[in-house]
Amino acid sequence: MKKIIKPCGLHCIKVNHLGVCLGGQTILEDINLHIHCGSINAIIGKNGAGKSTLVRAILGDIPHSGEIAFKDIENGRIRKLKIGYVPQSMNIEKDTPLSVYDLIASYQYRFPVFLKKSRKIETEIIKALEVFEAEDLIDKQVCNLSGGQFQRVLLAMAVMDEPNLLLLDEAVSGVDQTGMELFYRTMEYLKQNFDLAIILISHDLDYVVKYADKVILLDKTILKEGSAKEVFAGEEFQKVFGAEELPAYISRGKQEKTSIPKIGRR
Amino acid sequence: MFEYEFMRQAVLAILIITPLFGLLGTMIVNRKMAFFSDALGHSALTGIAVGVVCGVTDTNLTMVVFAIVFALLLNFISSKSGASTDTVISVFSSGSVAVGLAILSKGGNFSKYSNLLVGDILSITQKEILFLFILFLVTVVFFCTCFNWLNAAGIHRTLAKSRQIPVRLIENLFAVFVALVVTLSIRWVGILIINALLILPAAAGRNLSENMREYHFFSILFSLFSGLAGLFTSYYTNVATGPMIVIFATYLYFGTYLYKIKGV
Repeated sequence: MKKIIKPCGLHCIKVNHLGVCLGGQTILEDINLHIHCGSINAIIGKNGAGKSTLVRAILGDIPHSGEIAFKDIENGRIRKLKIGYVPQSMNIEKDTPLSVYDLIASYQYRFPVFLKKSRKIETEIIKALEVFEAEDLIDKQVCNLSGGQFQRVLLAMAVMDEPNLLLLDEAVSGVDQTGMELFYRTMEYLKQNFDLAIILISHDLDYVVKYADKVILLDKTILKEGSAKEVFAGEEFQKVFGAEELPAYISRGKQEKTSIPKIGRR
Repeated sequence: MFEYEFMRQAVLAILIITPLFGLLGTMIVNRKMAFFSDALGHSALTGIAVGVVCGVTDTNLTMVVFAIVFALLLNFISSKSGASTDTVISVFSSGSVAVGLAILSKGGNFSKYSNLLVGDILSITQKEILFLFILFLVTVVFFCTCFNWLNAAGIHRTLAKSRQIPVRLIENLFAVFVALVVTLSIRWVGILIINALLILPAAAGRNLSENMREYHFFSILFSLFSGLAGLFTSYYTNVATGPMIVIFATYLYFGTYLYKIKGV
């Protein structure tokens, strides 16, 4: 699993005219995206702007119009897009008899987890967890993991399948400041060492500035996209977030930042 | 007591039914389907009523078919409707029970069917045991091939879908299996207590387990134990078998619960 593949920059994921209409209400319309492998793409926007809907549409979980194509530029082939998805949260009740092994093996393998633990599968899962320094968690009960631990387990599972696209639906909720930094560093690591593109929904604009290669400002449709600087300087951004709510680094110019505000979270 | 043919049959039936219930129960509890399986048990009445109305001699058949249709319908409606699953199930369950009761009680004949409420394992025949055994084998095969998918879909549907797991198919299949097992054993266990037998062993197993292997092991063990203990006790005390089994399962639940809170 820990094989290092340099991102080639040759595949890309194209979303053309994607629209979502649920219950007679247009939630997303005319979304056009061009995502390159080896890049971190952050979707930002207010609550209710359709961020999670966009993620679910890309996953194919809800019906949408338009198309999503995965292109391998090198030989122009169109291959099936493999997506590694990290959900926003999982409601796993206290005392659920589900270990990390059970969780990952259920999604990744067919050998029934209730029967017996397979050595082979266990070794593979440990290898995947090692990438995120979570190998000690394999026999822990999932409901007893901390937010950060659970996130690393989910990431290990998402990357295990060697996806072309890693899709994270606000995966940092419930993680503290240090955890947040660690999370974005991990994204950076994945970007550099795996052959995949990353799309993440984020509320933490300071981290977006620091780590995202491309920022997508969403409100029903794409208002603006480009580098963080471009998007944050645009008037669309001001309109959505309001000047008074600008992240600290903009209002304070180039001063050293002391606190990291979160925007749009309620 | 084994000199009696009916006791030998009953032991055999218990040896098949209880592990089956223990196995299905784990996923019913994890997927929070307790109310769903309860509704299926009640739908047996309606199934029999439909058989009586249509003039079918083998009401088992209409009961099974009705329960399967009912289960799939419930699944479909809960996936479409915005209302909470509990409410949807409740509406359909009480509606269908009312229809069943209305038909069966016509002309004051309901007492003919009242043994269905409590069930009687001692009246099981060899042919019926064979049916149960086949059902047992099929369910085990289903669990061995599809358990991971079922578990994954229960944990997080969208994540399961993103892994190309046929979520809806697997959920419907599971519902069909629950319907089959519930209706085919309802005559022996009884409508009033069948759900307890599905839920209690799994709930007790959950109190002790940290992973899926322990969970299933304990659930099946508890189910089997309460089945046999209930049967033997009922033989010596002359009490109906079904309730006795459930009493044992309840003991086990509280025992494991005390063990858990002491352990923490």
